[in-house]
Amino acid sequence: MRSADLIRFARDAAAGHPLRTVLLVLAMAIGVAAVVVLTALGDGARRYVLNEFSSIGSNLVIVLPGRSQTGGFNPGNAVTSTPRDLTIDDAQALLRASSVYRAAPLAVGTSEISYGGKLREVTVVGTTAEFVEVRRLSLAHGRFLVTGDWRRGASEAVIGAKIQDEMFGRQNALGQLVRVGDRRFRIVGVLAASGQGLGMNTDELVILPVPLAQAMFNSNTLFRILVEASSREAIDSAKAQVSEIIRLRHEGELDVTVITQDAVLATFDRLLGTMTLAVAGIAAISLAVAGILVMNVMLVSVTQRTAEIGLLKALGASAATIRNAFLAEAAMLSIAGALVGLLLGHAGAAIIRQLFPAFPAFPPAWAVIAGLATALTTGVLFGVQPARRAARLDPVQALARR
Amino acid sequence: MTSGLIELAGIERVFRLGDSEVHALRRLDLQIASGEYVSVMGPSGSGKSTLLNLLGLLDRPDAGTYRLAGRDVTTLSADEQARLRSERIGFVFQSFHLVPRLTAAENIALPMVLAGIAPSRRAERIASALRDYGLENRADHRPDQLSGGQRQRVAIARATIMQPAVILADEPTGNLDRATGEEVVRLLETLNERGVTLIVVTHDAGLGARAQRQLLMEDGLLQHDRRHGSETPGPCVAPT
Repeated sequence: MRSADLIRFARDAAAGHPLRTVLLVLAMAIGVAAVVVLTALGDGARRYVLNEFSSIGSNLVIVLPGRSQTGGFNPGNAVTSTPRDLTIDDAQALLRASSVYRAAPLAVGTSEISYGGKLREVTVVGTTAEFVEVRRLSLAHGRFLVTGDWRRGASEAVIGAKIQDEMFGRQNALGQLVRVGDRRFRIVGVLAASGQGLGMNTDELVILPVPLAQAMFNSNTLFRILVEASSREAIDSAKAQVSEIIRLRHEGELDVTVITQDAVLATFDRLLGTMTLAVAGIAAISLAVAGILVMNVMLVSVTQRTAEIGLLKALGASAATIRNAFLAEAAMLSIAGALVGLLLGHAGAAIIRQLFPAFPAFPPAWAVIAGLATALTTGVLFGVQPARRAARLDPVQALARR
Repeated sequence: MTSGLIELAGIERVFRLGDSEVHALRRLDLQIASGEYVSVMGPSGSGKSTLLNLLGLLDRPDAGTYRLAGRDVTTLSADEQARLRSERIGFVFQSFHLVPRLTAAENIALPMVLAGIAPSRRAERIASALRDYGLENRADHRPDQLSGGQRQRVAIARATIMQPAVILADEPTGNLDRATGEEVVRLLETLNERGVTLIVVTHDAGLGARAQRQLLMEDGLLQHDRRHGSETPGPCVAPT
């Protein structure tokens, strides 16, 4: 039998039972669509987190107080297990390192902002002029904090876009005096709206000079020091230099954790990549179920078409021809299901992107290919047994069946 | 005895139903020459259908040899038998056995499709078959849109499309009224006049009597082998 005839014959056989064919295609399509949509979600989550984390700056080295892992016995531990505070002096000392381009200290707390009888709770960030560069923030109006001595600061504040909206509405906030905590500040700048920032929404921040913020929180410790390495290649040496400087300043004890943006990115990448893979695996189960359905439907088809199989044998069809006809039908249904599933899956991913524009829900190419390949393989694999059964039918008994 | 198209020697076919054995065919010897018109009659269970299945290579005997055109076909593989069916044997069934989803033309083309004949050559032969059997304006109708007589004409067209040497017809008029049945039998007889060997299995004595040679079977044995009404004893009428 010629391939073109085989394909036409299988197509006609499938078209002869529309309900059965539609159900089977649907089952396969749901499996493939599940793989496409779920991997799009998983990979979207991965890209989202990576984007967010990349957008906080580049070549970043972050210093946080406290060790996240034990470093064996240290004489310092015998005296006290509380880590030393991270101070503005520590931050300033880091600027001496050759691989460090910029550094910004960060003191974080919550306070209240009030203006014209409106009161709002806000996150207050105490930092220096370098912060806007390190974090790659842009201003909508006005200017950022002035460069100068880190231990002094004018009573000036920069507010996020949302604070501007809520406290001032359409009124120009620049130059206005607001009360933050128990002090008065003049607003000198408004940040451009940036949407979600990882862990810290810059739209809802009030940024003050770091000494004033520390005075407000009545503490001289820092929450973080953000360090920008002088280049991408310098990240590792910056990390080493930063660790060494802090260790020397803290009496030989490394009681801070120094992480690089790249390492965090790689960790997230790995973590969320694995999650995507796991989700794809779960979705693939539905493909296996669809494969079993293919087998079921093809077995029913063989039973229903027993007389036809007998006839084909009487008309001179070899066992191979009959086996191929049924395999072609199973493969065709699987392909159709896979293609419909691909369309559904991409449509689903597109809908997710429409609903959540910030979320890049694109199915990864490997998942699409793997989904299609799994659909075809299961479809054909589960089609083998029914096809062999059809090919083995005894023609006399098959013809006697109506 | 000249060697015929079909030569059966010592054919046995035994079916096992539970514990009992049913001898559908007992040591059957039969020769049919090329171009003969043979009817096989007999009561139900006499073995005539089994004989037809064996002749059509759909079934294998438990013992004996079957030579088709001088070649021993009993020992052939299933695929070789399938090829012989495709090239040399045409089947006409009582219940037509048309594929319901295919049109009349597609049903007629089916043996050629299975044999892998090129579409261009098929089209020509289908057109002439449709013309020969008066089905030109029924080509695109599906079996459920055809009358019984038309269906059987499609089935006969299908059986002859590969120009086989033998046509095996199992109760070809069984599902048809008298007039349509008559028409179908005349078609088959025309084929026989053109040289095709025609073997008809039937219950219908009237139909059976039209054949030049009439076989009567009973209990798996040939009881009579008549030619043109003159009775000659069958070659294997063994007393039991």
